[in-house]
Amino acid sequence: MKKIYLSLIAGVFAAIVSSCGGQKSNGVELTGAGATFPLPFYTMSFDSYGTTGNNKVSYGGIGSGGGVRNLKDGIVDFAGSDAFLSDKEMSEMKPVVHIPTCMGAVVLAYNLPEISALNLSGDVIADIFAGKITKWNDERLQKLNPDTKLPEKDIIPAYRSDGSGTTFVFTDYLSKVSEDWKNNFGCGKTVDFKVGQAAKGNPGVAGIIRQTPYSIGYIGSEYAFAQKIPYASVMNVRGELVTPSTESISAAAAGEIPQDTRCSITNANAAGAYPISCFTWLIIYKEQNYSDRTIEQAKATLDMLQYMLSADVQKTTETVHYAPLPQSAIDKSLQNLKEVTFDGQAILK
Amino acid sequence: MQDKIFKALLIISAIIIPVIGVGIVFSLVNDASGAFEHFGFWNFIFSDEWVTTAGKEKYGALPFITGTLLTTLLALLMCIPFSLPVALFTGEYFKGKKVATILSTVVDLLAGIPSIIYGLWGFYALRHVFMHLNLSPQGSGILTAAFVLAIMIVPYAASLSAEFIKMVPSDLKEGAYAMGATRAEVIRRVVFPMAGSGIFSAYILAIGRALGETMTVTMLIGNTNQMPETLRTTGNTMASIIANQFGEADGLKLSSLIAIGLLLFLITAIINMIGKILIRRAQHV
Repeated sequence: MKKIYLSLIAGVFAAIVSSCGGQKSNGVELTGAGATFPLPFYTMSFDSYGTTGNNKVSYGGIGSGGGVRNLKDGIVDFAGSDAFLSDKEMSEMKPVVHIPTCMGAVVLAYNLPEISALNLSGDVIADIFAGKITKWNDERLQKLNPDTKLPEKDIIPAYRSDGSGTTFVFTDYLSKVSEDWKNNFGCGKTVDFKVGQAAKGNPGVAGIIRQTPYSIGYIGSEYAFAQKIPYASVMNVRGELVTPSTESISAAAAGEIPQDTRCSITNANAAGAYPISCFTWLIIYKEQNYSDRTIEQAKATLDMLQYMLSADVQKTTETVHYAPLPQSAIDKSLQNLKEVTFDGQAILK
Repeated sequence: MQDKIFKALLIISAIIIPVIGVGIVFSLVNDASGAFEHFGFWNFIFSDEWVTTAGKEKYGALPFITGTLLTTLLALLMCIPFSLPVALFTGEYFKGKKVATILSTVVDLLAGIPSIIYGLWGFYALRHVFMHLNLSPQGSGILTAAFVLAIMIVPYAASLSAEFIKMVPSDLKEGAYAMGATRAEVIRRVVFPMAGSGIFSAYILAIGRALGETMTVTMLIGNTNQMPETLRTTGNTMASIIANQFGEADGLKLSSLIAIGLLLFLITAIINMIGKILIRRAQHV
């Protein structure tokens, strides 16, 4: 009897071991982790990348902060982040390269029964979330919406309870347009909002907005577009009222961007630009030989990044409600990839 | 031979669990020490500031301790009118009858419902009722969370109370009836004094359950980091702030969240211990 058990256990053990080893093919398996905002886009693109070549990519949506931490620990091939690393963060780790992959935006979704269009401006948004504008029929709101009769109801702001790149982009914008916001709340992945209620993730905030009349909140454009929740037009620097769309988001990056692509494009001064737009990045080490990685892995990492920047992949961004990168950002990134080395030798010719 | 192996296995598994328990406490204390050292132990507990802005970081646990204790106590108060009648119904009035079995099965089923389901029900159904009745201006808040918590802990309080009510010796009750006591008098004068401490301990254990409830509370409390001023306003509990913020936290903030976890662990442990001691006393009567 005991023998049977023993052989059974041994058999199961052998099966587990062999199944782990058996999956290895000629290709390389890349792992990355980070931002959840571009997750649907990454899932789709990495999937198609896996079917076109031998290499496989697995990506864990654990949040931008977690992704960067994993890269610091050297346990991933690349990290995804909605916020570019600050100079201080850069100084704490070995040199890295930022590669933007697509664009998105933060939209202001609202629940106003019987009202189908809403216009907002940066200072008004800041004052709503600071608790200074409390009623929907406030003079300044009414002035932006001359054709609509806004109700005399309390505004219920909704925001993210968890740390999030979405909050970072949103507060980065508010800090640029409102001096008061900058001094009292500032910009970050979590901000100490004083009014309203909070929920976890885009689905949580969208849920509150859907379920609570007279509420307003900020959510990622990819989620809002897919869910068809009503969202507001926002006035940009040039005084144009812009509705968020893939075109108006891409337009925000039409201006000059630095060679390393580390820049915020909120409040961009460009025609037709939606002012709360953002890049999302994949971040890799400039020197690819770390944590016992092989040259094959380094080559596969670069190959994957080139694939993400290719016209074919950029074309598909809109199917999952993101916006494609402008050509200038793609050109600069392809140049930056040439700087990546393995043991000090450039990998791409 | 087989005996020896069996004994060895038993000892190993008996040791593993306490070791894991000690390990959890050790790592909690270890990771929380950063926050306690930075702010001071009592200062951390009694500070109501939660400022996440880089450079001005300041963390205090008071709003969350208050939120946890408020929701739990309110839930306890609200659960009594549901659970005590159920316990009397199944343990005394219809003891052993089919209808009591059905009722207690249904109540026990409530205990098996995952907390996310309670959260969904609260979020999509109850919030509207609360807003409509003007009990809570935003729908979410301390009151909404406490109400759903109350329903969640009913089965824990009810089934254990019913057990203690059943344990009251029939001789005593029959004696009281023989002297002409009515049913209500028997319950008040005989059943409650006899089963009292047992029933009390049932509620203590129910509190233990409410203290750590995370998912439902996170969905319903509004997740704001200020001191709750009234029951109608939004707040945050110790469990929900951890669930919400640990993902992107690091450094001092992570340490503060773990410190809150340690405090929650201590509070829950103390309350459960009180409950266990009371149960033991009740069983010795």
